[in-house]
Amino acid sequence: MATATETKEIRIEEKDPWFGSKERELMVDPLLDNNPITIQVLGVCSALAVTSLVYPSIVMAVAVVFVCGMANLTTSLLRKSIPKAVRLIVQLVIIATLVTLVNEALKALNYPVYKQLSVYIGLIITNCIVMGRLEAFAMANRPWRSFVDGIGNGLGYGLILIVVGFIREVFGKGSVFAGSGLEFKIIGAGSTYAIDTTTPDQWGSTFFGWYANNGLMVMSVAAMFIIAVLIWVQRARNPKLVDVS
Amino acid sequence: MSTQKVILFVVAMTVVVALLLAGSAVGLAPIAEKNADIFNKRQLLLAIANPLEAAGQPAAALTDEEVLAFFDENVEQSVVNSQGELVNQEGLLAVNVDLAKERKKPEAERNYPVYKANVDNSNYYIFSVRGNGLWDAIWGNVALEQDLNTIAGVSFDHAGETPGLGAEIKDNATWRAQFVGKKIYEGEKYVSVYVRKGGALQSRAEHEVDGLSGATITADGVTKMMYEGLQAYEPFMEESATTSTSMNFK
Repeated sequence: MATATETKEIRIEEKDPWFGSKERELMVDPLLDNNPITIQVLGVCSALAVTSLVYPSIVMAVAVVFVCGMANLTTSLLRKSIPKAVRLIVQLVIIATLVTLVNEALKALNYPVYKQLSVYIGLIITNCIVMGRLEAFAMANRPWRSFVDGIGNGLGYGLILIVVGFIREVFGKGSVFAGSGLEFKIIGAGSTYAIDTTTPDQWGSTFFGWYANNGLMVMSVAAMFIIAVLIWVQRARNPKLVDVS
Repeated sequence: MSTQKVILFVVAMTVVVALLLAGSAVGLAPIAEKNADIFNKRQLLLAIANPLEAAGQPAAALTDEEVLAFFDENVEQSVVNSQGELVNQEGLLAVNVDLAKERKKPEAERNYPVYKANVDNSNYYIFSVRGNGLWDAIWGNVALEQDLNTIAGVSFDHAGETPGLGAEIKDNATWRAQFVGKKIYEGEKYVSVYVRKGGALQSRAEHEVDGLSGATITADGVTKMMYEGLQAYEPFMEESATTSTSMNFK
């Protein structure tokens, strides 16, 4: 009996720190070197659809971070009791439940953005990143690490979403954060913009008169180009990611 | 794991999930409904943004409570049918008329919402219209002045038009402002307002507005929506024109 207690105490001392190097790796890796969008090329569908403005991109990113983290946590907690035969169905139910909760919450908290994102919140259910992490990580790892992994992957996805949304909104609409209280109009026709393309300056010439918003940027194809360029730049700069085959 | 255990697990999971979702739906429904109500009423007030601004109450600056209070005090709601008669049905309010559902009914059975807003002792009639844009539905509210001919303002919204192009019908206040002062009747003839690609014709400046570059199909959708949407209110307009003349002015 005495020996049993001793072994237990030693195990407690050897317990990992709550946020050690392993956790940091799980959190940081998906942001760059193992980004779900640019490296694993998952979840591209919604990245094309919701990124025409920054604000909805941020809301979408927050929703995915929440769903990914909580789904990973729940699955990991249940991983020993989930029957192998129905594990994919169980994972899907967990994701669908969380997404429905997010949808309801958004409807109650921020109705205008709920209207704007419309079906895309619901489509988080089909986002390959979430289910991919459940199957690849949460089914085989402890709850805390799974949670960190989920948050990390959600953030990796959200980072790309916000970057793409920023580029598309600035060049496509001439503003940032449109639709939120922080809207800032950068360039366009009208006195509400910081750079007004229609009013002449002190020398009487309209210096930015040639400027027009890029119509391509507001279409989904622009996100395709931007994501492709991000992938290219990232792979070119990091020798680890160069595909030798 | 035995089949029995699998079934037990699935049943237990279903029950837990069902309770969780039902609880959240019931718990959040009142807040969501209130938000939707405020959202719709803001859209309606946006159509009379100009008179509101002139009265010192800019629509954008109103808080949620003020929007609801303004509606309670200054807006009369009624529902009219396609013959222009008032529909007196218990519990039927204009805000509850869903044009998307009405459009699925045969034309003779449709109901339409009418709002009569009082701003600074002038009456404005707000009519709701709905149509199709490029990708999905578009809808809006058109405010007419007392004469039921001059447009006092419009507000549009859409389900999925392209941001920066078709979505400008909602986002571009300068474009929407063009509608103010346009007439929907040319003499006795109903013409509505035409959104002209390439710019409104000078000769028809009273009945046309400039199109939106890059959004021809959405703009055509707006033209069609305005024409058909306001046409549906024609019987009501005729009726109220005759009654108001006899009641109010003599």
